[in-house]
Amino acid sequence: MVLGVAVLFVICAMAIAAPWLTEFDPSAIDPVARNKTPGSVATVRADDGSTREARHWMGTDSLGRDISSRVVYGARVSLIVGVSVAVLSVTAGLAVGLVTGYLRWLDGVVMRVMDGLMAIPAILLAIALVSLSSAGLVAVIVAIAVPQVPQIVRLVRSVVLSVREEPYVEAAISVGTPTLPLMARHILPNTLPPLIVQATYICATAILIEALLSFLGVGIPPETPTWGNIMAEGRTLFRVYPHSVFYPGVFLSLTVLAVNLLGDGLRDTLDPRMRKRL
Amino acid sequence: MFAYIARRLVATIPVMAIVAVLVFAMLRLTPGDPASIIAGAAATSQDVAEIRTRLGLDRPIVTQFFIWIGHLLRGDLGESFFFKKQVADLVLDRVGPTVALSTMTILWSVLVAVPLGVVAAWKQGSWIDRVVMGFSVLGFSVPVFVIGYVLIYVFAVKLSWLPVQGYQPLRDGFGGFVGHLVLPTLTLSVIYIALIARITRTSVLEVLSEDYIRTAHAKGLPNRIVLMHHALRNAAVPIVTIIGIGIALLVGGVVITESVFSIPGLGRLTVDAVLARDYPTVQAVILLFSLVYVLLNLVVDVTYTFLDPRIRY
Repeated sequence: MVLGVAVLFVICAMAIAAPWLTEFDPSAIDPVARNKTPGSVATVRADDGSTREARHWMGTDSLGRDISSRVVYGARVSLIVGVSVAVLSVTAGLAVGLVTGYLRWLDGVVMRVMDGLMAIPAILLAIALVSLSSAGLVAVIVAIAVPQVPQIVRLVRSVVLSVREEPYVEAAISVGTPTLPLMARHILPNTLPPLIVQATYICATAILIEALLSFLGVGIPPETPTWGNIMAEGRTLFRVYPHSVFYPGVFLSLTVLAVNLLGDGLRDTLDPRMRKRL
Repeated sequence: MFAYIARRLVATIPVMAIVAVLVFAMLRLTPGDPASIIAGAAATSQDVAEIRTRLGLDRPIVTQFFIWIGHLLRGDLGESFFFKKQVADLVLDRVGPTVALSTMTILWSVLVAVPLGVVAAWKQGSWIDRVVMGFSVLGFSVPVFVIGYVLIYVFAVKLSWLPVQGYQPLRDGFGGFVGHLVLPTLTLSVIYIALIARITRTSVLEVLSEDYIRTAHAKGLPNRIVLMHHALRNAAVPIVTIIGIGIALLVGGVVITESVFSIPGLGRLTVDAVLARDYPTVQAVILLFSLVYVLLNLVVDVTYTFLDPRIRY
C-alpha cells in the first residue's frame, strides 16, 4: 500500500508538473525527427529564434512528436478519467442503491435492469457507448462509468438491506425520524467503507478501459496525448520501433498497479470482512 | 434438476429482454446517423433519405424496436449496414476463431491457475505464495494489449519462434492453427489466470483450516491426496463460480486480443461494426455475447450439484 501511494504520488506530481518537466510540446509535429530512438538529441528552436539542444528521452513517434512529453501529459488524462469515473459511478450507484434498498416496490424493477446491464460485458458496453456518441473526454468518462454502476448498486443495496433490520434503525424509525435524515445519518455511513474500496478498484479499471478505448481508436481523439493513443499510434511500426508502445505501456501498468495496491491496502484496513471474500 | 434447468432457462428470458431493450435504446438514442455514413461524403440529402427509408430508420423508434424483436425471434438478425451481408452469416463466419481462442484460453488458464492457487494456499506465506499473489496483482494491472505486444516482440520479432499475427483455420493444418493461437492465448489468459489463482487460493485456504483436513493428515494420507481430494473438492464451488463470472472479463479481452493479433473473430467484428455504426451487427454481437455469458453461468450453477452433493435444486 505504501508503495502504491508512493507511485501514485509520483504520477500525480508528474501530471501536475507536466509543462515544467517536458522540453517539447506534446503535440508539436516535427517531420525531421520522425521515429527517433530513445535518447537521441534534437535541436529545438524557441519562439525568439534561439536554438537549444534537447533530448528525446523516449524517442519520437512517426510524426516526430516527443514520446516522453506525450507520456507525461498522458498521465493527466488517465488520472482525470480514473477519478471521475470512480466518483461518477459511485455517486450514481449510491443514489440508486439507497433508494432501491429502502423502497421495496422499486427494488424488483431496478434490480432486473441492473441484471440486464451486468449481463453485457463491461468493455463491450463501454466501446459501444463511447463510439456511438461524440468522442471526447466526457463521453469516455460516462461510457466507462455506466457499466460500473450495477455492482455499486448491488453493494449498497446489500448493505442497506442488512442495516435496515438493525435495532438502531428500528429505534430511529420508532422515534419518528423522517426518511431522509434516517438514510443520511444511520444507513449511509455503513455503506462508505466498502464503497471507498470499490471506488479504488473502479478507478484502476477505468484507467485501463480508457487506455483500451484510445488504443482501439474509439476513445479520446488521437491528437490528444493519452497513453492509449500513443500506443495506438505506435502499433503500426511496432516491430521496428517498439519504444512508442513500450514506454506508455510501462507507465499505464505502473499506475494501475499502484491504484490496485492502494485498493488492497484500503480493503484490509477499512473492511476486514472483505478480505476473506477475495 | 431438469425442472430447475427449465426454470432457469425461462428466467433468462426477462434478462435477455432487458438486454435487448438496453442495447436497442443505447444505439438509437446516441447521436450519429448510420444512413449518412453509408451514403458517404459525396451523397446528397436525397440519397441519405432514400437509404434511411430502405433501412426503416424513418419509422418511429418504438416501431423499429418491435420490427427488430419480431425478426430476432424468427432467427433473422437483419442485414449488416456496412458489410452488406446477413448478420447471421457474418457472425457464423467470424465465430470460429473466437471460439477457438476462448476455449484454449479457458483450458490453459484453469490448468495453470488452479494448481498455482492450491500450492499458494498450501504453502501460505512462503515465497511461492508471494510470487503467485504478486503475479495475480500484476495480472490485473498490466493491460491485455501491453502483454500482447511484449509477447509479440519477444517470441515473434526477436526469437521468430511463432507467427506475429493472423489466424489459420484448423482445416488448413493443426500446427499452423495452434501456432497462431499460442501468443493470443497466453496474452488473454494472464488476467484470467490471475483471477482464478486468487480465488482458488482464498477458497482452499478457508477449507484447509477445517477439521476433516486435520483428520486426513492424521490418518497419514499423503499431502497430494489431502489437497486434491479433501481440500480442492470442497473448495470447488467458488472456483467454478469465478470461472463463470470471469467469462465477462474474457469477452472484453477477446475484443482487444483479436485486434492486437489481427484475428478475424467476433471481437474484431465488434470493433469494426462499432466504428462503422453498423447497428444490426453491433446489436447482434452484444446480444450474442450476453446470451453466452448468461447461459455459461447457468451451466456453472448446474455443475454445483456435481461438485457438492449437498446442493440440490
